[in-house]
Amino acid sequence: MQHRIPVEALGQEGEVMAHAIEACVHCGFCLPTCPTYVVLQEEMDSPRGRIFLMKEVLEGALPLEEALPYLDRCLACQACVTACPSGVPYGELIATFRLHTEEKRHRYPLERVYRLALLRTLPHPERFRPLAELATRLKPLLKPLPLPKPLKAPLDLLPERLPTEAPYLEIYPAKGERKARVGLLLGCAQRVLRPSINQATIRVLQENGVEVVVAREQACCGALNLHAGDKEGARALARKNLKAFQDVDYVVSNAAGCGSGMKEYPLLFLGEPEEEAARALAAKVKDLTVLLDELGFTPPPPPRTPLRVVYHDACHLAHAQGVREAPRRLLRAAGLEVLEPKEWELCCGSAGTYNLFQPEIAEALGRRKAENLKATEPHLVVTGNIGCLTQISAYLQGIPALHTAELLALLYEGKDPLSGEKQGTRL
Amino acid sequence: MGFLEELKALLPGRVLTHEAALAPYESDALTAYRKRPLAVVLPEGKEEVVAVVRLCHRHGVPFVARGSGTSLSGGSLPVEGGIVLALNRMNRILRLDPKARIAVVEPGVVNLEVSRQAAPFGLYYAPDPSSQPVSTIGGNVAFNSGGAHCLKYGMTANHVLGLEVVTPEGEVVRLGGESLEGVGPDLHGFFVGTEGLLGVAVEITLRLLPKPEAYHTLLAAYRSLEEAGNAVSLVIRRGLLPGAMEIMDRLAIEAAEKAVRAGYPEAEALLIVELEGPKEEVAEEAQVLEEVIRESGAYAVRVAGSEAERQAIWKGRKAAFSAVGRLSPDYLVQDGVVPRSRLGEALREIQRLSQAHGLRVANVFHAGDGNLHPLVLYDGKKPEELERAEALAGEILRLCVRLGGSLTGEHGIGVEKKAYMPEMFAPEDLLAMERVKRALDPKGLANRGKVLPEVVHGG
Repeated sequence: MQHRIPVEALGQEGEVMAHAIEACVHCGFCLPTCPTYVVLQEEMDSPRGRIFLMKEVLEGALPLEEALPYLDRCLACQACVTACPSGVPYGELIATFRLHTEEKRHRYPLERVYRLALLRTLPHPERFRPLAELATRLKPLLKPLPLPKPLKAPLDLLPERLPTEAPYLEIYPAKGERKARVGLLLGCAQRVLRPSINQATIRVLQENGVEVVVAREQACCGALNLHAGDKEGARALARKNLKAFQDVDYVVSNAAGCGSGMKEYPLLFLGEPEEEAARALAAKVKDLTVLLDELGFTPPPPPRTPLRVVYHDACHLAHAQGVREAPRRLLRAAGLEVLEPKEWELCCGSAGTYNLFQPEIAEALGRRKAENLKATEPHLVVTGNIGCLTQISAYLQGIPALHTAELLALLYEGKDPLSGEKQGTRL
Repeated sequence: MGFLEELKALLPGRVLTHEAALAPYESDALTAYRKRPLAVVLPEGKEEVVAVVRLCHRHGVPFVARGSGTSLSGGSLPVEGGIVLALNRMNRILRLDPKARIAVVEPGVVNLEVSRQAAPFGLYYAPDPSSQPVSTIGGNVAFNSGGAHCLKYGMTANHVLGLEVVTPEGEVVRLGGESLEGVGPDLHGFFVGTEGLLGVAVEITLRLLPKPEAYHTLLAAYRSLEEAGNAVSLVIRRGLLPGAMEIMDRLAIEAAEKAVRAGYPEAEALLIVELEGPKEEVAEEAQVLEEVIRESGAYAVRVAGSEAERQAIWKGRKAAFSAVGRLSPDYLVQDGVVPRSRLGEALREIQRLSQAHGLRVANVFHAGDGNLHPLVLYDGKKPEELERAEALAGEILRLCVRLGGSLTGEHGIGVEKKAYMPEMFAPEDLLAMERVKRALDPKGLANRGKVLPEVVHGG
């Protein structure tokens, strides 16, 4: 598409954005895979529409504030990237645009506080944990109150009781011959809300001949800040990780968004002294399932009774990282029947903090996703991302949902994945 | 009350007037043309379309109906001072009768969705434009959309049994019915392909076909485009009627391969032939086809061994247009038709024109019915390159007409090709079209300024 963006004036960020806009031919192939378009059926809530809006804003033809309602509704799920025949790097475009415009936009004081509160607590387990504990305790008291949605939505997503997170060892040795030495990214909210995922991940890696290093100085990946346009917050976190993961073969992530977040470090440090180091780290980042698939998977003993699982593609695995086959191969190798839902490409509405900022659309998408998953009549829903797990579980009504790592760990331990022992994974 | 106030009262909350909401509706898939509409309305049922059209008629405000905005000829480009009727929310399949093999749908239903809903009954909707995962039935009807498989099954017009249409004056009329054996003049056939000049279809009755029992999909590589073009005539001459015959040239192959990794071999030209029908018939025809292809000079032949491989072949072909965006910042898609027997000649001449104008042309087209899709690659940032591209595109169109073909196979005239209408039609022909238009739309409100050249409009 033609544009009159003053690229020179916008520096390297301008180049990234202009490149994406030029690549768009406005064909509309992105429309049917865009979650907001599917729900709202309006052009400005589609990837093609948003690209046009960003172009207009960058050209100075449209005030930023007018375009923001539609741009803010984008989940950054990147389903459009998968669908795009022209190769528009939409993910890079929207992330860069958000970084580029955050300082220029107006936010109401209350919104500013809410946003800051989230960005200052969620990525920091030592701050988030006490808050989450307090909130879970108050939940029964607060729930009946007519709270505004932005306060009610996060409350709904909290579990009834916060599990305790056992302290991590520094090194977990590989079982049998060592095939690789990896650093595990512990994540932020996930550690607090569902520590069993990290424990299960370590267990599964050990079973597959992988030595796991849990670096003490690591931080949250920073994706939350990056996608909210908080460049400095994201960089501060990322710098810690650039240091913490220097001497490992790979960095393993077990959350879709964190994996793709770390792969975006080069974008975050574009033109900065850390750009090289960021590239080196990004190249080492692998999702748990991809690493196992590449190293050669040693499957657990198959379940005692046949198990039908439906695999839900987390957007930041399927679209942002192109990971769809590896997890399915592992599940099949483990002797499970893997079912495929309709509309696999459509986001469940979790999308980081999306369900906190856009609760109505998130709910519509969550319901739709749950219906599609349930229609396959599974025993279990499996996915590779905590956000999806929490979001989908809210609408699944009775069908259990597990992280891929949790399911595999249970099988290695010879436990029945349907018996509800999932929190009991011991190392 | 003014027009906009009345409009807002009709569809509360569903009339877009903010700049940010209007801007994305400025263009369809032909971004060389842009026009910001006065407003965009989002009707959710046919009564609302009727009400809006009547209001437009009363106030003399022009309107353009729009589906997914995938037109390559500017067919859904907004018009000066007019509104856009975005019919996307009218996306219900109202009735699907597997026994009668029909589907009654709203105009905003996406083409592929009809086949998806019909699949459990072993049925599908045959016309398959490359945009089928996106484009809507309403738009397909307006442009009489084709697709790869129209070689065997015909265009949209051959699959529309009946229509409910809101005329530009706001009357609601039913044309056709629910079976192929219509009574009276074939008015629904007449309406299909009129590019929104005669009103808005609000309900469409489609014919569904039983899914073929078997497919045989073959990929043949050639050393020249002309050779591939000639192979098409050979296949037909041997008495075969494949479901589809498609050709892609080197540039198109390169683009498609980058976009979807279809696994195409490197070649100057690729021919895709798909046989379909009852198992035994397909098996028998496959042998004949193999023979013909061997004789035609193909140096590599591959047959899809599974449904996944077949899908990959088609995915590459159907992504080709947009994929060309990877090779060039801008391009014009042409849609001329030539008689099948003159395909080789046309392709040779297009290559010559491309060299003479110093602009690359990628070719990807429905070879079976002679429907060419030359993509003229240009860079709009370079001075006058768009004008040069348009000149080259114009020469290609003239070439098609000269060879006994036509300006458009399926993308329509829209705004893009209306200047070329006099090349194909005599003044009397154009005047006849103009009279029909004026009889049904005296105020000239429905998709004003499209299709018919101004010379005629004035007269």
